[in-house]
Amino acid sequence: MARKLPAKDVVIIGLGWTGSILAYELAKSGLNVVAIERGPWRDTATDFPPAYAQDELRYAVRLDLFLRPDQQTMTFRNNASQTAMPIRSFSGFLPGNGVGGAGVHWNGQTWRFLPTDFNIRSHLEERYGKEALPADMTIQDWPVSYDELEPYYDRFEKLCGTSGKAGNIRGQKQAGGNPFEGWRSSEYPTPPLKQGLGATLFAEAARKTGHSPFPQPASNLSEAYVNPLGVKLGQCTYCGFCERFGCGNYAKSSPQTCVLPALMRFPNFSARTESEVTKINLDSTGKRATGVTYVDSTGKRATGVTYVDTSGEEWEQPADIVLMCAFSFFNVQLMLLSGIGKPYDPQTGQGVVGRNYAYQTTSSVSLILKDKILNPFIATGAHGMIIDDYNGDNFDHTGLGFFGGGYMGFGQTGARPIQTRPVPKGTPKWGAEWKKATAETYQRACSLATHGSSYSYKDCYLDLDPTYKDRLGRPLLRMTFDFHDNELKMSAFLTERLAEIAKAMDPVEITASPRKGPYDSTIYQTTHNTGGTVMGADPATSVGRRSRDQRAQSLLPELGRAQCLCARRRVGVPAKSRLQPDRHGGRAGVLDRRRHS
Amino acid sequence: MNRSTSSEPSRRLLLASATAFFFVGTALARARTLGGALPWEPGTATPPIPVRPGPWLFFTADEAALVEAAVDRLIPPDNRGPGGKDAGCAVYIDRQLAGPYGRSEGLYTRPPFMPGAATQGYQMPDAPAARYRNGLRALADYIKSNFAGKSFRDLGPDDQDKVLKGLESGSIALKDVKSAEFFALLLANTQEGFFADPIYGGNRDMASWKLIGFPGARYDYRDWVDRHNEAYPLPPVSIMGRSDWTVRE
Repeated sequence: MARKLPAKDVVIIGLGWTGSILAYELAKSGLNVVAIERGPWRDTATDFPPAYAQDELRYAVRLDLFLRPDQQTMTFRNNASQTAMPIRSFSGFLPGNGVGGAGVHWNGQTWRFLPTDFNIRSHLEERYGKEALPADMTIQDWPVSYDELEPYYDRFEKLCGTSGKAGNIRGQKQAGGNPFEGWRSSEYPTPPLKQGLGATLFAEAARKTGHSPFPQPASNLSEAYVNPLGVKLGQCTYCGFCERFGCGNYAKSSPQTCVLPALMRFPNFSARTESEVTKINLDSTGKRATGVTYVDSTGKRATGVTYVDTSGEEWEQPADIVLMCAFSFFNVQLMLLSGIGKPYDPQTGQGVVGRNYAYQTTSSVSLILKDKILNPFIATGAHGMIIDDYNGDNFDHTGLGFFGGGYMGFGQTGARPIQTRPVPKGTPKWGAEWKKATAETYQRACSLATHGSSYSYKDCYLDLDPTYKDRLGRPLLRMTFDFHDNELKMSAFLTERLAEIAKAMDPVEITASPRKGPYDSTIYQTTHNTGGTVMGADPATSVGRRSRDQRAQSLLPELGRAQCLCARRRVGVPAKSRLQPDRHGGRAGVLDRRRHS
Repeated sequence: MNRSTSSEPSRRLLLASATAFFFVGTALARARTLGGALPWEPGTATPPIPVRPGPWLFFTADEAALVEAAVDRLIPPDNRGPGGKDAGCAVYIDRQLAGPYGRSEGLYTRPPFMPGAATQGYQMPDAPAARYRNGLRALADYIKSNFAGKSFRDLGPDDQDKVLKGLESGSIALKDVKSAEFFALLLANTQEGFFADPIYGGNRDMASWKLIGFPGARYDYRDWVDRHNEAYPLPPVSIMGRSDWTVRE
């Protein structure tokens, strides 16, 4: 029996980027806010200080900061004809855990969606004809436009102190920036990072071949910065231990470096860590959320993972507003477990919770250069030179046989040697020849990448697994996903374009690796797991609606005052509605273009 | 002060190194309610605990001899630097297998265990420690019966390579062990140990970092980002520093 705690105005599930930003705004407005976080408290001094943050084995290989599968994982299958198997150790994607969430270990790539991403379906149908999209492609428009969201992008970048060069300020093109980006109300808060040799060579080759390279917008800060909350960030040192790592320099934007120091001062805010929400409670009518139940992890500590069911303390936290700010998967799982919304049925296409799971389609072109010293270990998570010429609908898709695109370029983020040891083609995997090749290639090799879209389809979705359970006896989430022809053709096209630019870098060896199917959950590609809680205008196809003003028509009136909304990273908070769309799901998990690793 | 040559590893360190590399923080974690200020208290960080020399913690003497011989073929000594054995790769694997990694701690290990597609990842119940125990036993048996009762370490380098290639390709069948999977595990762990920070027992004296030109835990290259095509001049440094920083008595 859960012990009932005094009621709060707001309970926030998950204290990452979204949770901390919403908590700050709501606490500032005077509401009593509590955030419940599955993982531990994390801060720079105790979890990734510069004394030992640069530990590749601990953080990048053993995944010290990430979610542990014994606490929560999911099952996976490529299609409905297979039996889904549990992901026993994370490798294909890496969900975060603990205060700060994925904001602790992300690269810091800080992109905005293209304006046409917001109304992608109507845009594509208008340009290429109603019949152009594949019949089973289920992308849909968002009920919000780029123009409406621009002020919040701007706020988020100022919160982070993002380093970059604008390409379009209020419609005026800016030399050196991204010519394809949507309009911006202001320049980036801090200037672009410095670029190493590899990025510089790529930019030269891209210009030579008629493209428009620009520095990737990075929340690894080029200089010290004080954000609007009064929090000071340090200067990035190009240490090369960024993604998969916490930043020991206070130079990577994260809830820790941007929000928590200000948030924690509010007497009307508190955070409960090591406490996993198991259910969103509804009142007797089932129409309104009354709070959440969470399990105190003391049970886990005392007795190990199989003990929690019987001895984990259960608490009930009543609240007027419930905000789901967990990672995409876990919001979906919580809704399904709590009986909120209609589960998606891939046979009929009816139902919404779990609908339109999508991902990101990445690929690479690796190069070995002649007589160059690249110093590939001098890097940040998000520096590099990029082109946007083949992103979204920035290029004419007529006759190409696919839709979508991606940004591409040089964005090598460090050459930590357990995981990055390029060798020429045909080199054995071990022995004398391997050792010689490893030693001779390290300084001359680099990798270019495409980060492409992944549109949503009728047969890609999330539901509850019929067999596998977590430590609390709850069904695991089940992912059914594979790449479709549209995405593989897109990847082939983008990778070919990238290889053409790479050839202009005068390599002695070049290897183009377009994405091939089937999707393999064991090979790291990206943690842009999107969709499942789709936002849109039509309640028959969307979990989330635009604002609480429309809740009468929403699929989630059940949450009452509590619009259950999972804003995710990188968007500021609209001060009036205080509510944010789920960007992933957002337009039907159309994307990713969510361009931040 | 003498950090690098402390004579007797303390009992506490030995125990710690055997049990608690990465899970120190979470093992003691308990639910907390935080508010009013950023929580911080001294002495709560979780630095890695250095591997100390000493007896094998996981391997038997015979297993260790086999692994030391194998890692020295996977990474052979040459004029560029030491091989896997002298770099400490076997020590690294031994300490890893004796710790949480060896037990698959933190991973999802609930049944049922069913064979899956390659895209679904490892689905067997055995943790790395058991995989090594079974794999090394099966390999020793294979060599005994195919090389006149010998053990792996007694074979010449060419025969050792032949065996390793046979495991890699799966052409050598081991009893109850998938040879290619076992080889892939051994190779991955060997290279992990070779390239990881020396604090974990391999990469002795930062041999691998010197080999490729990786400066290790330097953490600040602001002055070097835009010095293109210039070799970075400073030698590598580990989380524990460098041996020549240590004041010797």
